[in-house]
Amino acid sequence: MPILLEVTDLMTRFHTAEGTVFAVNGVSFSIEEGETVAVVGESGCGKSVTMMSVLRLIPIPPGEIAGGTACYRGVDLFKKTEAEMELVRGKEIAMVFQDPMTSLNPVLTIGRQITETLIRHEFLEKKDAELKAINLLEKVGIPEPIRRLGDYPHQFSGGMRQRVMIAMALACTPSLLIADEPTTALDVTIQAQIMELVLSLRDQLHMAVIWITHDLGVVAGLARRVLVMYAGYIVEEADVEDLYSKPRHPYTLALLQALPRVDRRRDAHDHRLKSIPGSPPSLLMEPHGCPFVIRCEYAEDRCKTENPPLRTIGMNHRIACWVDIDVEPSK
Amino acid sequence: MSEQTPIVVVKNLVKHFSVTRGIVFQHKIGAVRAVDGISLTIGEGETLGLVGESGCGKTTAGRTLLGLYVATSGEVMIDGHNVRKARGDELLLIRRTAQIIFQDPYASLNPRWTVNAIVSEPMRVHHLLSGSERTERVAELMHLVGLSGRLVNRFPHEFSGGQRQRIGIARALASNPKFIVCDEPISALDVSIQAQVVNLLEDLQDQFRLTYLFIAHDLSMVRHICDRVAVMYLGIIVELGERNELYEHPLHPYTTALLSAVPIPDPMKDRLRKRIILPGDVPSPIDPPSGCRFHPRCPIADENCSRVVPEWRLAAPSHWVACHKV
Amino acid sequence: MPGWIPVSVTIDPGLYNMEPSTSIIPSLTPDDLETPPIGLGQLAWRRFRRHRPAIFGVIVLVLLFLYAFSGGFFFTEKYANFTDTSRRLLSPSAAHPFGTDTIGRDVLARSIYGGQISLLIGLTAVTVETILGILVGALAGYYGGVIDSVLMRITEAMLNIPEIFLLIVMAKFFGGKIPEVAILGRSYSGSVVVIVVIIGLTSWMYLARIVRAEFLSLKENEFVLAARATGTKNLDIIFRHILPNSIAPIIVSATLGVANAILAEAYISFLGLGVQPPTATWGNMLDGANNYLDTAPWLWFFPGLLILLTVLSINFLGDGLRDALDPRSRAV
Repeated sequence: MPILLEVTDLMTRFHTAEGTVFAVNGVSFSIEEGETVAVVGESGCGKSVTMMSVLRLIPIPPGEIAGGTACYRGVDLFKKTEAEMELVRGKEIAMVFQDPMTSLNPVLTIGRQITETLIRHEFLEKKDAELKAINLLEKVGIPEPIRRLGDYPHQFSGGMRQRVMIAMALACTPSLLIADEPTTALDVTIQAQIMELVLSLRDQLHMAVIWITHDLGVVAGLARRVLVMYAGYIVEEADVEDLYSKPRHPYTLALLQALPRVDRRRDAHDHRLKSIPGSPPSLLMEPHGCPFVIRCEYAEDRCKTENPPLRTIGMNHRIACWVDIDVEPSK
Repeated sequence: MSEQTPIVVVKNLVKHFSVTRGIVFQHKIGAVRAVDGISLTIGEGETLGLVGESGCGKTTAGRTLLGLYVATSGEVMIDGHNVRKARGDELLLIRRTAQIIFQDPYASLNPRWTVNAIVSEPMRVHHLLSGSERTERVAELMHLVGLSGRLVNRFPHEFSGGQRQRIGIARALASNPKFIVCDEPISALDVSIQAQVVNLLEDLQDQFRLTYLFIAHDLSMVRHICDRVAVMYLGIIVELGERNELYEHPLHPYTTALLSAVPIPDPMKDRLRKRIILPGDVPSPIDPPSGCRFHPRCPIADENCSRVVPEWRLAAPSHWVACHKV
Repeated sequence: MPGWIPVSVTIDPGLYNMEPSTSIIPSLTPDDLETPPIGLGQLAWRRFRRHRPAIFGVIVLVLLFLYAFSGGFFFTEKYANFTDTSRRLLSPSAAHPFGTDTIGRDVLARSIYGGQISLLIGLTAVTVETILGILVGALAGYYGGVIDSVLMRITEAMLNIPEIFLLIVMAKFFGGKIPEVAILGRSYSGSVVVIVVIIGLTSWMYLARIVRAEFLSLKENEFVLAARATGTKNLDIIFRHILPNSIAPIIVSATLGVANAILAEAYISFLGLGVQPPTATWGNMLDGANNYLDTAPWLWFFPGLLILLTVLSINFLGDGLRDALDPRSRAV
């Protein structure tokens, strides 16, 4: 499938009173049309900042896109004017955020918010926009859409609001949907509903999806390909089956080992979750060497001084590590 | 699991929050039935999990159990003391014996107090140890939870979320409690830090023979750490059983749906699962549905379910459930 | 490919969560913090430093205090009250830089001693009203219910009575009934104490409302619940837990209250009900200028200017403090 978005060497920094925050440090990846890719990492790893940088939603100052390109359908988004970007956002690339309460305007009805985007991007008349909005609400599974058009965000539950966000995001049939932790704040049964909704809509609309999350369980059910981020770098990139059965970066392995399982017994006497000692590094320091080195049990001398680049080790499988922990399932 | 007298015995605990109208003369127009009659026991050294989704009342249950909220009705015995009736010294004793760890590591520590003040407060309140002994003990507790003793004069804002949570644990241990309510202690933490804190809680439990009520919504973690699990829905417990039994043979349709919705970090397995998607949202606790509260969303409900409240009964060894269809 | 070493690590995926346990607490190297300690005071100071008007306000205030309190080394109080009707209403000159008043007293000296009283009144009145305001607000906000209703009704009643009216009534009531007080080598007439009490009693309500609002919201915080779970007594929770967290609006209110008190003193004195002559205050100096507004402007100009500078610099200081202590402003 043709490449929809290609990001090369993206670097984003924030200049704060405490110093410069090196949030994204040379991130490169590409998304094909219709693909579903998950970006996984813990808080502060740069996953959200990366996507917000691509859409140029980072406040400049204090933010700064210090380098790199983001080519959407071959055209570098960083070279566009703000007016041109406004045509891209919503229409070509749509974004759904974690907290629907703060991303929806509480004083406007949701009907108004959906039609606004339709009128702007698709140049529809108000009447047609309203019809389309009703149609969208139906599609995302909101009961009684005609009545709900006049309701305000606070009249919806968390799950419903997220569906409204998705409806808004899909209003102009974008080619790429970026979902930034859309289900993190939702209950697990509602999360299941939303995941199912996004998957079915994705299939219907042949849309690419970037799903940002910290939940490795959600990733397993959704994505075809996974990017693992740490301290502003991509540390591993693989097809989803490979990532879970053969993680090759120590951080990915450690994350998987720290997870409890709902489907397995805790065998025999006392098996602990394997926790990762220490904490993520402060992003205030310009990175030298591998950012994971102080917490890594496979670290070697080289790791302290040289930052490993991403290199290919298998089909669609890249890691940023000097040591290749070749993991095989035992029989 | 313990067969002797349980440390915690709860009988029909109810907590309603009134909804009132009027400014000068307030009259009641309804009640949020946050906890609507729950009963459970916890044995010494045991970890009982209390799971459910938002709005099910589990946090309210934990706090009401300790007497932090005044219960509407029901009985709670902690280590032989009646929480609802206790006053003065007996109440103080309960506060020493039963402690709580909160979910939000940012809100549960007083931002203007030093770590030393925070962790030593229980000792001051209960008149334990002398001044210099307290300082030593604070340093000891800090070491116990994996923090350097040199940090006692710092303020909470200087620590990360996981570290603050550990300070909260140190505080909970300061009065040598027997029972600790862990109210979603890891939900606000990163995955790798969750493992650290859970391991710490288990180690402490082994060392000090603690009893835990572990309130959470993360079913995977609950399976890992708890001996028995109770599932709450809309203010009542719908199922209670020994850990493996409940997870492998869930009886109540809500439990089954809940378990099927939990993501599994294994793409092959996840794809093969049959997910039961429950329709709609959780109803409001102000006006729970008639009969079985779950019936509007239940895939196997029938007419009887909407009229008759299901009985709480023993359906299998040590496995209780409230459902007509089981 | 050069530079990497293949290492075979065989791990059974079924054993991802396995690790042999230790039966005692694992000896983690205890976590330490990399950053140097930053107290909350330091954070606030950093924010304050950047507020130029506030720094200006502080400087001016310091100068004003120096003026009022060290000026006493240059002039005696006797001199300030020394009347010489042959030298009345002289405009500013070398001998009397601020001129003389209607009965020949040196305006400069009077403004110095007057300043001492006005500033003192400002500070002490604020102390009274702050203590009252905190007590009422904290108890009402924390306990709620009947206590809250009663205290708030009293507060509202006081608020609804016009301040000037209250001031006048209290002045008439207390005037002349309180004897002299000696502090710091000066003897203050009873009327000073009266003024302090009156201003204190008529200004506490504003702070009470603010403190109550703070308590209403702070008491819902989890650390308060944690304190209750520890068994901490209510009074301890109020004064040791919640109050320190509501210091910011209290400090700001107290700072601005000083300005208010000085102005209030000026009002009362202007009405002739304040500190009685011969003791000078900036306020009663203004009163004395009443009939001479055009003919002897130096009588009102200097005390007026001093009041203006004081109130203005206090307001700047208050602004700076508010910004510095606002916990919501995350920039440091």
